[in-house]
Parts: sequence; structure tokens; C-alpha cells
Amino acid sequence: MFEIFTRLADWLAYGVLGLQASSRFGAAVHFFIEDTTKIFALLVVMIYLIALARASLDLERTRNFLQGRHRLAGYFLGSGFGAVTPFCSCSSIPLFLGFTSAGIPVGITMAFLLTSPVINEVAVVMLWGLLGWKFTVAYVAVGVGVGVLGGLLLDAMRAERWLQPFAAKAYEAATVADGGVEVSVRKPLTPRERHRFAVDELKEIVGRIWKWVFIGVALGAGLHGFVPEGWFAANLGAGQWWTVPAAVVAGLPLYSNATGVIPVLESLLGKGLPLGTTLAFCLSTVAASFPEFVLLKQVMQWRLLAALFVILLVNFMLVGWIFNGIAPWLAIG
Amino acid sequence: MKVEVLGSGCKKCVATAERITEVGQALNAEVTVEKVTDAEKIMRYQVMSTPGVAIDGKLVHSGSVPSREDIEGWLKGAA
Repeated sequence: MFEIFTRLADWLAYGVLGLQASSRFGAAVHFFIEDTTKIFALLVVMIYLIALARASLDLERTRNFLQGRHRLAGYFLGSGFGAVTPFCSCSSIPLFLGFTSAGIPVGITMAFLLTSPVINEVAVVMLWGLLGWKFTVAYVAVGVGVGVLGGLLLDAMRAERWLQPFAAKAYEAATVADGGVEVSVRKPLTPRERHRFAVDELKEIVGRIWKWVFIGVALGAGLHGFVPEGWFAANLGAGQWWTVPAAVVAGLPLYSNATGVIPVLESLLGKGLPLGTTLAFCLSTVAASFPEFVLLKQVMQWRLLAALFVILLVNFMLVGWIFNGIAPWLAIG
Repeated sequence: MKVEVLGSGCKKCVATAERITEVGQALNAEVTVEKVTDAEKIMRYQVMSTPGVAIDGKLVHSGSVPSREDIEGWLKGAA
């Protein structure tokens, strides 16, 4: 299905531009053309379709649904909704407070917030197009796993003790009053309104991420063309244990979204970087960002922030080690 | 009338405040636009997706940059 993009890149890079397929520059340009055309075509179609389907899903509904759920199911649901609910990270704090003041446990709210940046329609579409369905499934499982495990641990240490006082008070009031938030229910949407919503979403998302696609693919193309085949395999070996923490540390100061990092992953994997190490690097860039932490300070005390940070680091490393361990059986990477 | 724009200061919140000020000037309405970034205050309005808009202490909108028509409606309603 995606061969048409390879042919398009063949024609443009080797035909029109007259580059050599064997040259480094030619390989990089080919990679760039193939990936950008494929990604944008996929994105336009998929964002529109997904937006149509989820036009009526909003945070208020999500919150109602999560309210009063059994704990364990709550972590999976929180994380799952984090993956599918349209949500901008600039709304993290109001969302956190909205959930908390409805009596939803901190762990379930954090499961939502941790999974949200890792899994979104753009990431899934790009992974599917560039790396295939097996990797996509593994990635989604990892994203949900990080959210669920993070949420579980936070509740196990009774994280609500270390909220900022006003947030802790709101949570207590809600748990005593059995969640007294009144919620308005919107009218069902007409097909026309759905279409309008989907077109707006499409414009909004593509307008926000197109730069990242170009930057990510350009980096990926550079790696693809100029790093020799098997370089990582030769230098970082068959995934020694220390490559995982090294990848996590390397990813921390890099703040990217999933869109920018996925074309880079494609190249890294292609050059023989082990699967688990690659995933750990990706999570560290996408899921842990300093701007986000600074925002969370408004509702959390330092102790809780520090705990969250440690939990995330440990989670990323576990993902790396586990996937390096099972990669041979998955036959990917 | 007092218009409060609720939000952490992201791009959309700034755009919302600017648009309300513009429409207010075009209508010659007496409007003071104030940006509310304090998390606790935003929580009291029960807004979960920003930017939100409150007029004289009452929430009228949340989750996106409001359209010009919407803003005109709010400002005229109170003028």
C-alpha cells in the first residue's frame, strides 16, 4: 500500500534530481522525500477520520466516566482515555484540578496525563506507516504501561498528601461529598457539526506539527544517509544493560513531541540500535519534559514532583530492558 | 463589564484576550479584559480545557478560542 511513496521518491530523487542511489546524499534525500510524502498523506486522511469518530468525546465526559471507578480498572481507563481524548498539554493543570476536585484519585489522573503525550493519533499513524503494526502495538502497550504503573505507584505512596494545600482540600471535599460536581450534557452533534469539528482539528493539528515532521524526518534522513549500516550494533553492541539508562539520560534534555521523534526512531532502528534502548530514548524525549514539570509545580509539592520524576525514569528503563530482552521473539527492531 | 480569560498563558489564551479586546473596541463597549492564570481561580470556575471565558464572574465558554460572533453576542448582551 505504501509502495507508491517509495516509487515517488525513486522518481524524484534519482530521476528528476539525478542523484545516485548509492551515494550518501542520495540515500538521505530519498528517505526525506519518501517519509514526508507518506506521513503527510497518512496524517491528512487519518486525522480527519479519527476526529469524526471522536467529535463528541470531551474532557467532561471523560471525567464523568472515570468518576467512582474501581481503582485498578481506573488506571487502565485513565490511561486509555489519555490516549484518545483530544487534549492540549497547556490544559494539564485545569484538567488535573478538574479531575481532582471530582474526587478522582491522583494516580488515575496521572495515568491520564502520563499516557496522553506518548500516544496520540499522529504518533500511531506515523509508527504504523514507518515501522509497521508490530512496533505500533508494542509502542501503545508501552505508553499505557507507563501510565498505569506510574498511577499505581503514586497512589500506593498516597500522593494526595503532597498536593498543594488548595488542591488537596478540593480532593478531600469531593471524596467526602461523593464527588459533587454538576456536569452539563451537550446536545448530540449533527453530521455537519462533526465534519466541521474534524476539519478544524485537521487544520489545527497539521498547523501545529508540520514543522516537527520536517525536522524529525530531516534528522532521520541525515542518520539514514550518513551513519554507516550497523554502526550502533557495532558500537553499542547487542543492547548491553547500560545502553538503556544512557539512552534515557540522553533523551531527558531533548524535548520533543512524538511526531518529531518517530522518523528518528526509524533510522536508529534501521542502523541496529536495539529495540528497548530505542523505546527508552523515545519515552524519555516525549513523556518527560521540563516545561510540563514546571507547570505541575502549581498543584504539587516538590516531594511529589521528585517522586514522579523517579517513577518515570525507572519506568523508562524497565521498558528498555524488557524490550531488549524480548526483541528476538518479536522479530522487530 | 469585566471579562476574564482563564488559562495558563498559552498561545490560544493570548489570542482569546486579544480578540475580545478588539471586538470590544469595535463595538465601543466598556470592557475590561483580565487574564487569569492562577490555577486555583480557574478551578473554581470548573474549567478543564483552556482557554475559558468568564463574564462578570459567570463562565460562558471553554476549550477553544471563541469566534467573533460569540464574543459579539456576549458583549452586546450586557451592553
